[in-house]
Amino acid sequence: MTRTTQWLYGWLLLLPAVALLALFTHYPTLGTLWHSFYSTPRGARPAAFVGLDNYRQLVDDPIFWQALANNLWYAAGTIPLSIALAVAMAAWVNGRIAGRGLLRLAYFTPTMLPMIAVANIWLFFYTPEYGLLEKLTGALGLPAHNWLGSRSTALPALMAVTVWKEAGLFMIFYLAALQQMSPHLAEAAAIEGASRWYFFRRVTFPLLMPTTLFVLVNAVINAFRLVDHIVVMTRGGPDNATALLLYYIYEIGFRFWDPAYAAALTMVLLALLGCAALIQFWFLERRVHYQ
Amino acid sequence: MKRNPFGRWIVGVVAAALSALALAQTPVEISFYYPVAVGGPITKIVDGLAADFEKENPGVKVKPIYSGAYQDSLTKALTAVKSNDAPTMSVLLSTDMYTLIDEDAVIPFDAFIKTPEDQAWVKGFYPAFMENSQTGGKIWGIPFQRSTIVLYWNKEMFRDAGLDPNKAPASWKEMLEYAQKLTKRDGSGKVTQWGVQIPSTGFPYWLFQALTTENGVQLMNSAGTETYFDKPEVVEALQYWVDLSTKYKVHPEGIVDWGTTPKDFFERKMAMMWTTTGNLTNVRNNAKFDFGVAMLPANKRRGSPTGGGNFYLFKQAKPEQQAAAMKFIKWVTSPARAAQWGIDTGYVAVRPDAWETPAMKKYVADFPAAAVARDQLQYAMAELSTHDGPRVTKALNDGLQAALTGAKPSAQAMADAQHEADRLLRPYRK
Amino acid sequence: MSALAHRASGLGHGVETVGAWLLGALWILPLAYAVWTAFHGGEFSTHFVPSAPLTLENFAKAWAAAPFARYFVNTIALCAMILAAQLVLCTLAGYAFARFAFPGRNTLFALVLVQLMIMPDVLIVENYRTMGLLGLKDTIVAIGLPYMASAFGIFLLRQTFKTVPKELDEAARVEGCTPLQVLWKVYVPLARPVYVAYALVSVSYHWNNFLWPLIITNSVESRPLTVGLQVFSATDQGIDWSIITAATLLTTAPLLVAFLLFQRQFVQSFMRAGIK
Repeated sequence: MTRTTQWLYGWLLLLPAVALLALFTHYPTLGTLWHSFYSTPRGARPAAFVGLDNYRQLVDDPIFWQALANNLWYAAGTIPLSIALAVAMAAWVNGRIAGRGLLRLAYFTPTMLPMIAVANIWLFFYTPEYGLLEKLTGALGLPAHNWLGSRSTALPALMAVTVWKEAGLFMIFYLAALQQMSPHLAEAAAIEGASRWYFFRRVTFPLLMPTTLFVLVNAVINAFRLVDHIVVMTRGGPDNATALLLYYIYEIGFRFWDPAYAAALTMVLLALLGCAALIQFWFLERRVHYQ
Repeated sequence: MKRNPFGRWIVGVVAAALSALALAQTPVEISFYYPVAVGGPITKIVDGLAADFEKENPGVKVKPIYSGAYQDSLTKALTAVKSNDAPTMSVLLSTDMYTLIDEDAVIPFDAFIKTPEDQAWVKGFYPAFMENSQTGGKIWGIPFQRSTIVLYWNKEMFRDAGLDPNKAPASWKEMLEYAQKLTKRDGSGKVTQWGVQIPSTGFPYWLFQALTTENGVQLMNSAGTETYFDKPEVVEALQYWVDLSTKYKVHPEGIVDWGTTPKDFFERKMAMMWTTTGNLTNVRNNAKFDFGVAMLPANKRRGSPTGGGNFYLFKQAKPEQQAAAMKFIKWVTSPARAAQWGIDTGYVAVRPDAWETPAMKKYVADFPAAAVARDQLQYAMAELSTHDGPRVTKALNDGLQAALTGAKPSAQAMADAQHEADRLLRPYRK
Repeated sequence: MSALAHRASGLGHGVETVGAWLLGALWILPLAYAVWTAFHGGEFSTHFVPSAPLTLENFAKAWAAAPFARYFVNTIALCAMILAAQLVLCTLAGYAFARFAFPGRNTLFALVLVQLMIMPDVLIVENYRTMGLLGLKDTIVAIGLPYMASAFGIFLLRQTFKTVPKELDEAARVEGCTPLQVLWKVYVPLARPVYVAYALVSVSYHWNNFLWPLIITNSVESRPLTVGLQVFSATDQGIDWSIITAATLLTTAPLLVAFLLFQRQFVQSFMRAGIK
């Protein structure tokens, strides 16, 4: 095939996909930046160029800072925990534990449910007085608590929901990686007299690094992308204790109809995601061990 | 030969008549979004109303669309307006009036109220309900599912606590005293029965407005451009609410959910609850004990904000749709229908003459609790309503939740809320 | 191994089994509770009585309370449409990246990968505006359009196509096939397991998607199940948990049942997607 034909085919084959991607990913990113420099049109008043005004409003907005802090805490709370649980689950399901088929089912089922359904179920779970959690803690003699209605426990309560939903998904990826590991390694280690923990720490875990990178990327994206449960369970309350960035953007853009300010907020979110991507790929690339 | 032209003429006339008939038969379709904020089979009832109207008016098709909670309904209605796909009319919060006007979504009803008959009809609504429905000398909303807050109490629990089961607390002081007697704890100190519960999710500002009205203060001006959240009486009212849970421990701590409060009442988790009269039928059907309904207790005066939804007419509707919509609105707010709606749900029938209908009189004789909200109307004040309404109320809601969860002292919470409201309302003060 | 080490590992193993089972029980508890509540009457939603009678009443009530049938139709149409588009677009793009050399290929691929991090979900404000300009608001097409070109799909298929031996490609070319015919006859059949895997992952994702459909749809005709469930269970009403859990199960049932029947395939799919 001649070079020109190669080029032609290459570009033509790519065209539909790239066009759509440009329209719904690249163009909106630039469009958001552009619109963040204008004001919101209201009724008769058209949009006007206001420079950095929206960003100034952002810096002065205590709810924005709260949402940002919440999101970072949320990421810090859910990501390590779900990864750790996922590794443990994968190890158990991969090993010789009795009934591991059922276990795998139990761990993975939450992942198949839509977050909206999960949120409804957990809302029921968390209901004060007669929700299941209250009943359990009551049976154990612990004091009554309004999990979603108290600022200190609302966000952790939502984190628990997320971990419940995500750990199973990550488990599957780790399971795949574990099953690809040569059994000879385990045998060799056993012969050498290495303890299981030592083996895990020095051999298994480093070999799981590529999977961990993949899972980490997924987890970070989800920590910023998945806000469905907030819409159902707390609507950002109490007093913005569970407001996450994307939820705040949704509120500003589609409840208060202020797309200019929402655009500025979205830029912050995009910057965060961009940074996260760079850090992960640079930092972890150096430590990933390929077999 | 002679018959043919005549025959053709006959066919022509018949065809013309038929097509004219067909055109006249093309039904006018009117749609409306409506929210549900109270328990019960409301969607069934609304669908029934639509069907009844269609029977009486064969040229019109009515399409009610359930749109979730009040906040969601406003979002959906505005989204539809912005996509040039607006419904003909909608039932939205009476306080959404300014937002709808600012977004150029609705038209005032004055153009449709020409005949003396119409004038009489529009004057026949309770003035308390019309307060949130008018501005700038025009009528923007027609009351439909309106309410006030009332106090429900569990008579059995009153009896057990040594209180007169037929007497509700009439003042803040009394309510506190009763609540202290009614709060029960088990051996380990855990509360098994709260004295009183005032919900603080969804629209805490509404319940808060009851407290401020009872303390003799207004939260906003009638033009919707100013708020008074940091007045001392307002802070005082908030402190009373906060003290109920933190100082006197007769009220659940933190934020109490609106949706589960009636169920909590059925489950005997508390002795008194503040919630909308719209839940009356729900409570009547589900409370397995003797309960009472009373006006809210007074401090400096009795009071409650009005609440609930009005009908709004949308600008994008075609003239024949608007005419049909007006017909529907007049029909559904006629005395007999308004009375039936009130009986089926517990919302306050929106006109005095509805209360005089035989069906309503019988209902009230049978169930006096139904008249409490109506009797409270004389003490009612307009609900919090300003420009950029959702955002201003969010500022107040956040402040209330901050105070109730102990994150900020009451004065600070209200000062911050006022600061935010000022910032939002400044562009509207010309 | 010494007997002591053997016994110690036996004990350790026992503890681990208990731990794994405890976690499993904890994990299935919320769902089990929801299922129990959905199949029993409203009075039992707050009082656990093991001998309570089973009932399908909640499901009947939930089904009648909102147009779930229409929501099902919408969701199936949506997922089918997205999947079909993705299969076509990603196959073509993956083929281009894997087998053709053209200037800017690497830059373009990097740009494609941007979508892995910056998904349409976070660009809701701007995409909403775009849909308005295209006149597509409140349609099922609008829900699916931003997702049809899937960076994940392109990446997956590129990796897969790269592993196809070049000899097969050349052999087909020698027989006089055009590049598209080579794609159809050689590459696609060999990538079948990946297609199945991708299909399962895609359907799961889009069946469960919520925020973007919430924003872009406004009427029953285009609303998918997730949004329908949220509108239905908006908590301003007096909450009846039995009906809400019944509705929740209704909306998740198809995916759950499919998952239970084809567990192995689902798990393999996600695993395969992860390996790449």
